[in-house]
Amino acid sequence: MRRAAGIILAALLFSCIIYAFTFVKTYDYSSSDYYYTNPVEGGMANETVTEHYLDNTKNETGAINAVTAIVVEYRGFDTLGEVTILFTASTGVSMLLYALHEKRKRREANLIVKEGSKIVLPFILLTGGYIFIHGHLTPGGGFPGGSVIASGFLLMMVAYPKYFLKEHRISITESIAGFVFIIMGLLGLVFASYFLQNFLPLGNVGMLFSAGIIPVIYIAIGFKVGAELSGIINNLKGVEE
Amino acid sequence: MIESIIAWVMALLALFAAIYAVEAKDLISSAISAGIASLVVSIMFLMLHAPDVAITEASIGAGLTMAIFVYSIGRTERWEK
Repeated sequence: MRRAAGIILAALLFSCIIYAFTFVKTYDYSSSDYYYTNPVEGGMANETVTEHYLDNTKNETGAINAVTAIVVEYRGFDTLGEVTILFTASTGVSMLLYALHEKRKRREANLIVKEGSKIVLPFILLTGGYIFIHGHLTPGGGFPGGSVIASGFLLMMVAYPKYFLKEHRISITESIAGFVFIIMGLLGLVFASYFLQNFLPLGNVGMLFSAGIIPVIYIAIGFKVGAELSGIINNLKGVEE
Repeated sequence: MIESIIAWVMALLALFAAIYAVEAKDLISSAISAGIASLVVSIMFLMLHAPDVAITEASIGAGLTMAIFVYSIGRTERWEK
């Protein structure tokens, strides 16, 4: 069963890449876009790239926040690498600490911390979700939003010594989010002939449903980072059921 | 005027917290003072109009890193020899 699913996935991946490479455009060096063909002759190569980002982000990607446009759209592949690094770190921590799962005695927190953290937790989660859902409109994005969500779970763990997150829920969330990221990249490879290229309509600039694949990818990154950081804290705390 | 005073106070506070984090013998208070340093630095990021960096620094530097340090110290020894 598992082997059959793996073979089907590999075949799908392979056919995506073949399909994309049959339609790939060779780069035209006599293009009229001055900045990319000959940046050195213009004098200040870095400055022209900066100006290009600041001037054309809204038209090319549909995102107001230029930082998000660069992180997810122009440099999306680097972001994939960052997410992979965080995933590897979290896996390493859980591998090391899974062996020494032990029961530890901790003091109960006082009444104000216990009741207050119950009241505050939904608002922290809401803030984290807002930060990564509105990543293309306001400052912030997947990484800050995910870490805010993880700090909310940290507050619950500090207040209640017996509070813990279920390991398989964390790993399912993490895997689905990673899959969404890769599948959006592959769909870009199929429909727009480059990996992680935008293939959805840009929409009205400034609305929530705009900027193509940026919100989808950033929501996936937010869930992934939140699940990974919560998993690291959960493992370090070391309380089994 | 008042902004520059706040910035100076923040910078000195971050400096002293960082020095105390290195020099303290009690590792728990060392971790807490590292958290204070990064909280102050995140306020300075906010004053420099970098709100996204400030959010990240406040939640990771002041929250999660301090918790990870405290939990790891709980698994090892508290006092530096």
